Amino acid sequence: MLSIKNLHANVADKKILKGLNLEVKTGEVHAIMGPNGSGKSTLANILAGRSGYEVTAGTITYEGKNLLDMDPEIRAREGVFLAFQYPVEIPGVNNVYLLKAALNAIRKHRGEQELDAMEFLKLVKDKMKLVKVREDLMSRAVNEGFSGGEKKRNEIFQMAILEPKLAILDETDSGLDIDALRIVSEGVNSLRGPQRAIVMVTHYQRLLNYIVPDHVHVLADGRIIKSGGKDLALKLEAEGYDRVREEAAVA
Amino acid sequence: MSQEALEFYVAEHARTIALDTDWLHGLRQSALSNFRRAGFPDTRQEDWRYTDVRPILKRRFVQAGDSGDLAADAGFEGMRFAGLDAHELAFINGHYDKGLSRLGPLPQGVILTSLAEALIKYPQQVKDCLANFPGLDANGFQALNTAFLTHGTLLYVPAGVTVATPVHLIFRSNRQPEPRMAFLRNLIVLGRGASLTVIEDYSGTADAEYMTNVTTCISGGEGASLRHYKLQGESQKSYHIAATHIRQARDCRVESCSIALGGALVRNDITASLDGEGAEVALDGLYMGNGRQHVDNHTWIHHRSPHTTSREEYKGVLNDHARAVFNGKVIVHEHAQKADARQANDNLLLSDNAEIDTKPELEIHADDVKCSHGATIGQLDENMLFYLRSRAVDADTARSLLIFAFADAVVSRIGLRPIRERLEAMILGKLPDSGLIKEFVQ
Repeated sequence: MLSIKNLHANVADKKILKGLNLEVKTGEVHAIMGPNGSGKSTLANILAGRSGYEVTAGTITYEGKNLLDMDPEIRAREGVFLAFQYPVEIPGVNNVYLLKAALNAIRKHRGEQELDAMEFLKLVKDKMKLVKVREDLMSRAVNEGFSGGEKKRNEIFQMAILEPKLAILDETDSGLDIDALRIVSEGVNSLRGPQRAIVMVTHYQRLLNYIVPDHVHVLADGRIIKSGGKDLALKLEAEGYDRVREEAAVA
Repeated sequence: MSQEALEFYVAEHARTIALDTDWLHGLRQSALSNFRRAGFPDTRQEDWRYTDVRPILKRRFVQAGDSGDLAADAGFEGMRFAGLDAHELAFINGHYDKGLSRLGPLPQGVILTSLAEALIKYPQQVKDCLANFPGLDANGFQALNTAFLTHGTLLYVPAGVTVATPVHLIFRSNRQPEPRMAFLRNLIVLGRGASLTVIEDYSGTADAEYMTNVTTCISGGEGASLRHYKLQGESQKSYHIAATHIRQARDCRVESCSIALGGALVRNDITASLDGEGAEVALDGLYMGNGRQHVDNHTWIHHRSPHTTSREEYKGVLNDHARAVFNGKVIVHEHAQKADARQANDNLLLSDNAEIDTKPELEIHADDVKCSHGATIGQLDENMLFYLRSRAVDADTARSLLIFAFADAVVSRIGLRPIRERLEAMILGKLPDSGLIKEFVQ
């Protein structure tokens, strides 16, 4: 589904990614772990199409197409979803209206019938239970006045509505207390399935106790230096990034 | 040109303004001499540096008479707010129209009437109110307003009275072979603890050429509370020169919201004087220009007593060749310790040819105060744009949504839903690509 080959990218002329390779198949959950500044968020943002990142070499192929050629909204319509590390507040733009427009843009793109207001509202009600989003937050502007945890939950709620094929979760666990982490994780787990791939970018292992990945990758200095199963995360937790980095250097 | 215009207005004054009661005659004549002395403002004066009034001076507006030019046009009825119970006073080309006005029952002692009638029936109240605002006639337009003082409203709320139903002042202008000018003076007086909501609402037949010259004087007694909305949706070929003067006694609270969407050349002055301790004023404003519109907002807030508070937030959206001026001055006078003033002016320029000249100013003569001010001129927030696009919304729609949201931040604070809804529709009407976002904002 997603194939990243030899990706090099700069931010403001600074080299951040230096030859990153990653293969993700449908149905898989990947965790990309790494210390601060290793390029995790850069990868997530490049996948979603944020401007300000210069890809200097390499390719990203998504379902056989060149992902880098697509505008962010086309990627979204093609099934790519980024759960933001820092979801923005957008005063004056209503949460529910945004979601409805997003869903219908995606459905239209797929050649499906757009949902009318009643159908959409029913869907919202169903999915709200999933991540325990407070109903009154929905009538507000996008993320406006939400707590940090509510913003993260709202991201997963949006993901539940939009049902992406490829979901990228950028530090979704940061800033969550244990209860919120559990709720968010349950939401994500309920969205796992054979037709969907999930890439989680995280600094900490604790998220992986709740969302157990199929594959774990260690990102350091702009490259994936080690890949493995879920046990790799535990090893990282126990021994630290430096140890893994040293091993990779020796190998 | 200025001299010819000056003589024209003096002659127009002699032609239309009758000799009246002694005090009124004296007031008008002294204003007329002030006008002769001051003349019209020009761009060499600091307060008018960016606003060239020569298009007004070139034209020969005349006052409406009593013939057919006082009939309401087809658009008039649309100015009433459906779903808002209000006392409506209707003015056509600057003249009060009793037949179109709808006044409900008023609490005991409240006076709500046209100024023309008040000059006959309530001269003392008019006199008292005017006496509270000395020295208004410093610039030519203002002096003319006093020299022609005849039409407008008197709104008097005695101490302790709450007028629960909003007062809607509807000023409608129409198209005439000879363009019309209206001089309007609104006097709003709130006694101690009185409370009131007033909507000043200006509009005209599409593309009609005319001039509105209006001065509103607001006098708030101790603990009084006023919500004042000025909705300016004049014709795109009209000229609108307005001044609002507010004086507030102890603990008086005034919320003002000034929306400027119409007019070819617009000047809005607001002066708020926080005379009494604990007085509080909030000035909100939104101006949107397209085509070649020119909108100039000048505000002065005087903190004259301790513990006074002011909040000011003006936003502007400018497209095409539109030009706007914002000049907001906060003056904290010597004895106004613990004054708290915050001021912000944010602008969006949607075209390379649009222009904003913004100047927030602070002048502080007390030493224990909390003041902040700032102005921004910007493009849309890249993070917000990306967020919307990452949610499948195309770039044009995302941009349009954010512009609407920027302008709506002022409007959404208006407590009265029918006003909010009309303004939101008007904002949409002024935005590029607004068809894309209708479903988001309905």
